[in-house]
Amino acid sequence: MAEQAAQQVVKLRHPGTWMATVVVLLIVGLVATSVATNPAFEWPVVAQYMLDGEVLAGLRRTLALTVAAMVMGLVLGTVLALLRLSRNRLLSTLSWGYIWFFRSVPVLVQLIFWYNFGALYATISLGVPFGPALFTANTNTLITPLFAALAGLGLSQSAYTAEVIRAGIVSVSPGQTRAALALGMRRLMIYRRIVLPQAMRVIIPPVGNEVISMVKNTSLVSVIALAELLYTTQLIYSRTYQTIPLLIVASLWYLIIVSVLSVGQYFLERRFRHR
Amino acid sequence: MIAVAPGAEDMLKIRGLSKSYGSRQVLRDIDLDVPTGSVMCIIGPSGSGKSTLLSCINHLEPIDSGRVWVAGELVGYREHRGKLYELPEREVARMRRNVGMVFQQFNLFPHMTALQNVIEAPIRVKRTPPARAKDRATRLLDRVGLAGKHARYPAQLSGGEQQRVAIARALAMDPKLMLFDEPTSALDPELVGEVLAVMQDLARSGMTMVVVTHELGFAREVGDQLTFMDDGVIVERGDPRMVLAAPKEKRTRDFLSRVL
Repeated sequence: MAEQAAQQVVKLRHPGTWMATVVVLLIVGLVATSVATNPAFEWPVVAQYMLDGEVLAGLRRTLALTVAAMVMGLVLGTVLALLRLSRNRLLSTLSWGYIWFFRSVPVLVQLIFWYNFGALYATISLGVPFGPALFTANTNTLITPLFAALAGLGLSQSAYTAEVIRAGIVSVSPGQTRAALALGMRRLMIYRRIVLPQAMRVIIPPVGNEVISMVKNTSLVSVIALAELLYTTQLIYSRTYQTIPLLIVASLWYLIIVSVLSVGQYFLERRFRHR
Repeated sequence: MIAVAPGAEDMLKIRGLSKSYGSRQVLRDIDLDVPTGSVMCIIGPSGSGKSTLLSCINHLEPIDSGRVWVAGELVGYREHRGKLYELPEREVARMRRNVGMVFQQFNLFPHMTALQNVIEAPIRVKRTPPARAKDRATRLLDRVGLAGKHARYPAQLSGGEQQRVAIARALAMDPKLMLFDEPTSALDPELVGEVLAVMQDLARSGMTMVVVTHELGFAREVGDQLTFMDDGVIVERGDPRMVLAAPKEKRTRDFLSRVL
């Protein structure tokens, strides 16, 4: 036994891995040199516009849109998930239909549709159903680009979030509900105190992903002339013809936001992990 | 064992209870009486309807026909002119506070510590002031032998410890009746004893208990009555020593010969 223990273990060598590393480093080096030295990237222009007031205002709108659309998606999505799980067949079918529709139609189409809602209904009235109207307004004054953006992004987001939340709720063992019922707790309290906190563990990673998608999906809003980050840079380069550097400015900002969010997601997931 | 005073009120009374899942009848015309302060053990093969019977006692499962009374109160329904009307959620929840339940799979809340598990329902349901609920929970956890482990999460406890927390959680609501649904079946053999000891202690303190179990030793030592169920009916019942030593029915004999 002692003789065997003294023998050394020689690990298998992997020459292929080393060769691949060298090749990859070479390629990365080539690309980096090219990006740094090609004058067409116009890095000084990028630096000039990174903290430009107009760009920062666009950035703020992108962030605000992301937050608003996600809040809308989470609130509406939770309601839709609960409806979907309801014992009432009409309610669950209704929720199913909503999710089916808003997941099927592209967000870009929805945005343009809401923006042109005035073509469908020229005026919008509030009043008694089938009775007199108490309040009437021109659709185009009500549905601003901001309203269309929120409707398009938020409504379709709620359809995705609803499915994530439903999966989270279903993942919690039915024994949890039985135990809580046996203690005399009522349905709503059981959702709030027992089921949803446990469902969070399943819900948070995909919702984190959705927030990150949303940051970038807000750029779709540029088609309805809402001056978020992308449209702001587009406005600038349509004046200055510095297309590439301004697109780089937008890209860098998206990279920064998503990086910060990824770190946040890591800590949030850690917080909700089971001890 | 607690000697039941003659004429003592039955804590649990069941008459003509039947229940089906679709076309499969799981309980047929069950009658059961559990005097206050006594321990009723229910044994029988799996699928015989024992667990369903327990779930009907606190209305976790609705029943098809029959009546269940806990502490003289009809469970889950209101009787009016010969018909049973299912009670609204609020009323059912209020009645369930009188009945503690312990599950085979423990069903502790995994996102809460042992202490939080025990104080959750008293604070949220009974509106007990948090300080008082904590004080009470501390004593209950100490009583089931978990002193020093109050801050542990269920995943950090052994199966036996989890089940003892579950018993403390049920007791925290001051139930009049405790239901145990195969409380030791999911435990490693060496952990069974500690849970049974807590249950025996509880029985000695005068708690009325209905225990579905495979632990025949516990049924013999702690049970005041033993009921043998098979295929949704009560086949035989009586003093545990008598039933286990000299079963009258063939089905009981067959079952006992298989498990002993």
